[in-house]
Amino acid sequence: MIRCENVKKSFGDTEVLKGITTEFEAGKCNLIIGLSGAGKTVMLKLLVCLMKQTSGTIMYDDVNFNSLGDDELRSLRMKVGMLFQGSALFDSMTVEENILFPLELFTKKTKAEMLDRVNYVLERVNLEGANQKYPSEVSGGMQKRVGIARAIVLEPKYLFCDEPNSGLDPKTSMVIDELIQSITYDNNITTVINTHDMNSVMEIGDNINLLHHGTLVWRGNKADVLTSDNEFLDNFIFASPFLQRLRNAALGRS
Amino acid sequence: MFSNFAFHFGRYLDLLWDSFSRPERLKIYWRETLRQMDDIGVGSLIIVAIIAVFMGAVAAVQFAYQLDGQLVPSYYIGYIVRDLAIIESAPTITCLVLAGKVGSNMASEIGGMRQKEHIDAMEIMGVNTAAFLILPKIIAAMIMIPLLVALAAGLAIVGGYMAVVIPETIPSSAYIKGLQSFFVPYNVFIMFVKAFIFAFILTTVSCYKGYYVEGGSVELGAASTQAVVVTDILILLADFLIAVVLTG
Repeated sequence: MIRCENVKKSFGDTEVLKGITTEFEAGKCNLIIGLSGAGKTVMLKLLVCLMKQTSGTIMYDDVNFNSLGDDELRSLRMKVGMLFQGSALFDSMTVEENILFPLELFTKKTKAEMLDRVNYVLERVNLEGANQKYPSEVSGGMQKRVGIARAIVLEPKYLFCDEPNSGLDPKTSMVIDELIQSITYDNNITTVINTHDMNSVMEIGDNINLLHHGTLVWRGNKADVLTSDNEFLDNFIFASPFLQRLRNAALGRS
Repeated sequence: MFSNFAFHFGRYLDLLWDSFSRPERLKIYWRETLRQMDDIGVGSLIIVAIIAVFMGAVAAVQFAYQLDGQLVPSYYIGYIVRDLAIIESAPTITCLVLAGKVGSNMASEIGGMRQKEHIDAMEIMGVNTAAFLILPKIIAAMIMIPLLVALAAGLAIVGGYMAVVIPETIPSSAYIKGLQSFFVPYNVFIMFVKAFIFAFILTTVSCYKGYYVEGGSVELGAASTQAVVVTDILILLADFLIAVVLTG
């Protein structure tokens, strides 16, 4: 579990996050949603300590992430996996080398054991046989899956996904969502997903946090979305008349 | 302006401190160092060789022109070309050229990794990115650049020979006599001191500029250009200081 208490972040005079208090639960897909400029990306960067908050605390289970020294921080980070919006695969390395990279740096496994692990995670993301391809030789969806494979290869306790569906067609997006969800459930990982994909919200949103102008304005799960009368949630999720009609139909409203 | 300089200098020292911290896994660093040695050394061989040969040739032809009709013996051309190459032109001009080729490449490579979130990805994995990305480049440059400089000095002397002996400006024996005259081994020491210091400046400044790049392709281009400009200025400044300290 990750717990945030009154987390604030300012850039100069601009306060981007205005005191976020929330929890991201273990074994669940925790979503951070919101309009562009709501502070989602800053929130995610604070959670993985790529930035430091102006005030407030972020607790990884019982560990205050921001109070750790460099060495302790690196140790904790080995329990963290992240899927980047652009996948962030190393272009000069093959798929196999990309996934081997953290294994070679941080484990004392033999080469054969490492390759076994690589093949296992590639199989887990349905990419068997793609070992020797370069990132430029595979599609965007496959790159995301390689990114997931690399993120989970060290068996992380915490998984972060920044816009995992951006740039993907709806069908591939669903595949990625299902993959993230099954990995989260199977391994009891605390997964935090930064998204504005409505399908993800409704399919895998176990714990949804809606940010609006740096403030947490709503928290609930995918079932709550349909029944909530929160104005911000309404404006965000049911922005289009088509989705409003769908919701009304689902709830039996005229 | 001073506060800007102090900010960059402090951050540069901070990055250097991180770069020299303990590697996570020596084998990986060694592999990366070998790759960098290939990039920096083998990849720069042709350009360094061409420049060195012409550098020596031009020096020889121009000294022959300046000494023509003077009482200075012609074998001095070999002596002057040799010492000029060893003390000054091989280390300084080679490193100025390498700042343009290798330095801008390092700044672009690391800056591109920053922009494509590769550095963030490594940070999140727990990699000390400063050490992983910069230390192998520093080690590789400190090994390969002095070798390239030594090669450049040799080729400059060969270039001088071809430029004045083949057209029979002076006889071969005179040029070789000049090469063998007044040799001071200490000058070779100066050459290597310069090569080591210039290699360090070239690598660290270029990596610094790339590591902290922000924005898009325009900023990346600007960082790459700044890496070359700042490196060139610092090399010239260091050249002067080394000359004062070691020969003053």
